[in-house]
Amino acid sequence: MMEKPKEIKLAPIRNGTVIDHIATGEALNVLKILGVNEYMDSTISVGIRVSSRKTSQWKDIIKIEDCELDQKTVDKIALIAPDATISIIRNYYVAEKHKVTLEDHIVGLAKCCNPNCITNKNEPIETEFVVMSRRPTRLRCSYCDRELCNVSDSLL
Amino acid sequence: MDFYDRDIVSIRDFTREEIEYLLDLSEKMMPYATGDKTGRLLDGKILGNLFFEPSTRTKLSFESAACRLGCDVIDVSEMSMTSISKGETLADTIRMVDAYCDLIVLRHPYEGAARLAAKFSQNPVINAGDGAGSHPTQTLLDLFTMRQSKGSLDGLNVVLVGDLKYGRTVHSLAEALTMFGAKLTLVAPDTLQMPDEIVNHIKDKGCDPVKTANLEDVIDKADVLYITRIQRERFPDPTEYKKVAGMYRIDNAMLREAMSDMIVMHPLPRIDEIAPEVDSSEHAKYFQQAFNGVPVRMALLCAILGGELP
Repeated sequence: MMEKPKEIKLAPIRNGTVIDHIATGEALNVLKILGVNEYMDSTISVGIRVSSRKTSQWKDIIKIEDCELDQKTVDKIALIAPDATISIIRNYYVAEKHKVTLEDHIVGLAKCCNPNCITNKNEPIETEFVVMSRRPTRLRCSYCDRELCNVSDSLL
Repeated sequence: MDFYDRDIVSIRDFTREEIEYLLDLSEKMMPYATGDKTGRLLDGKILGNLFFEPSTRTKLSFESAACRLGCDVIDVSEMSMTSISKGETLADTIRMVDAYCDLIVLRHPYEGAARLAAKFSQNPVINAGDGAGSHPTQTLLDLFTMRQSKGSLDGLNVVLVGDLKYGRTVHSLAEALTMFGAKLTLVAPDTLQMPDEIVNHIKDKGCDPVKTANLEDVIDKADVLYITRIQRERFPDPTEYKKVAGMYRIDNAMLREAMSDMIVMHPLPRIDEIAPEVDSSEHAKYFQQAFNGVPVRMALLCAILGGELP
């Protein structure tokens, strides 16, 4: 009897970062945060709607070769993928792994969607938001009290 | 209760007990506000009154409140008269004015301006209206007027009418009334109804407001009818303004349907929302409401700057 071939959807990476457990459909928004463009010299593999072995639910996954993310980028990912895990891969092994954390107070990561908010008027301040809910992520501007309409479209 | 050195930015920053404390203090300020008693409780203090949008009642009642307490006032009434017209940021203007006075009162066209001012000022800041955002001192004087007329704020049936979308006074007022278990009816055309986030906020606090466009259907059950001007200056599109201007008008014929002790309030200025014939009726409380800005703002100034009644 023929053995069923082992299916590898995304190949392991030697060095780099794996962003796992991204909510289905959010991978493209995470790529936007990573600033994927022609100037980026990493190889990126993206799995959209991949089945999770642990939870048997669907998820998105991104693997970035030869790149480790800075804290600000990780904090932005937490806004749109609050269940994501970040694994740092070194020589094919997981050197570090942690869940992203969504702080109670978000500073300087998103732009208020209210055009009349003082934070959109060239004042020397960073935007600030209070987290109203975590699943789904809902943010309220600490200055004008307006709820952010669309988090992924408002990231700085 | 300690208000010393505290910023007053939004009514959401208050608890019910704090509001009640300030209303009680406002009551004690009444003889000082009318001039029947005098007391220089804030002698030597300076108030910086920064009004970057037009205002009559708020600006003058802050000035009157300060003068009655012996507090000096420095003021700006137009953005064009300040370095903001030369490109200075509000943050820099606030830092500079902060050095000239002990408390800043700010009205500004942009939402969140008072929160910014509070960040950059060492001295306390009172929000006197920021764009379509908050106007907490108006809310306090509105509550004071309701309590003065109705005896208590608990469980009042309050009908809010007019521009509920852009009108900042009704946003803060709806939130504050919810703390007192008010039943709210929101009367406005769909285009000017209360924003969802305010409605959701008051729902979270246990109030389930009724929405309608027909004032005639609800006026007979109201304890308080709070009507607002439809504000031309907040409409991005003038044709949208024309569609809704003049939709609601209170006159004596309409008031025949109301309970005899129902009160009519308006933050003023009015255009044609209330017929002049209503002014002399027992229902009309809007001029009393405008006066009440003085004792309420005196109470706030004293509480924040540390003035104590004898």
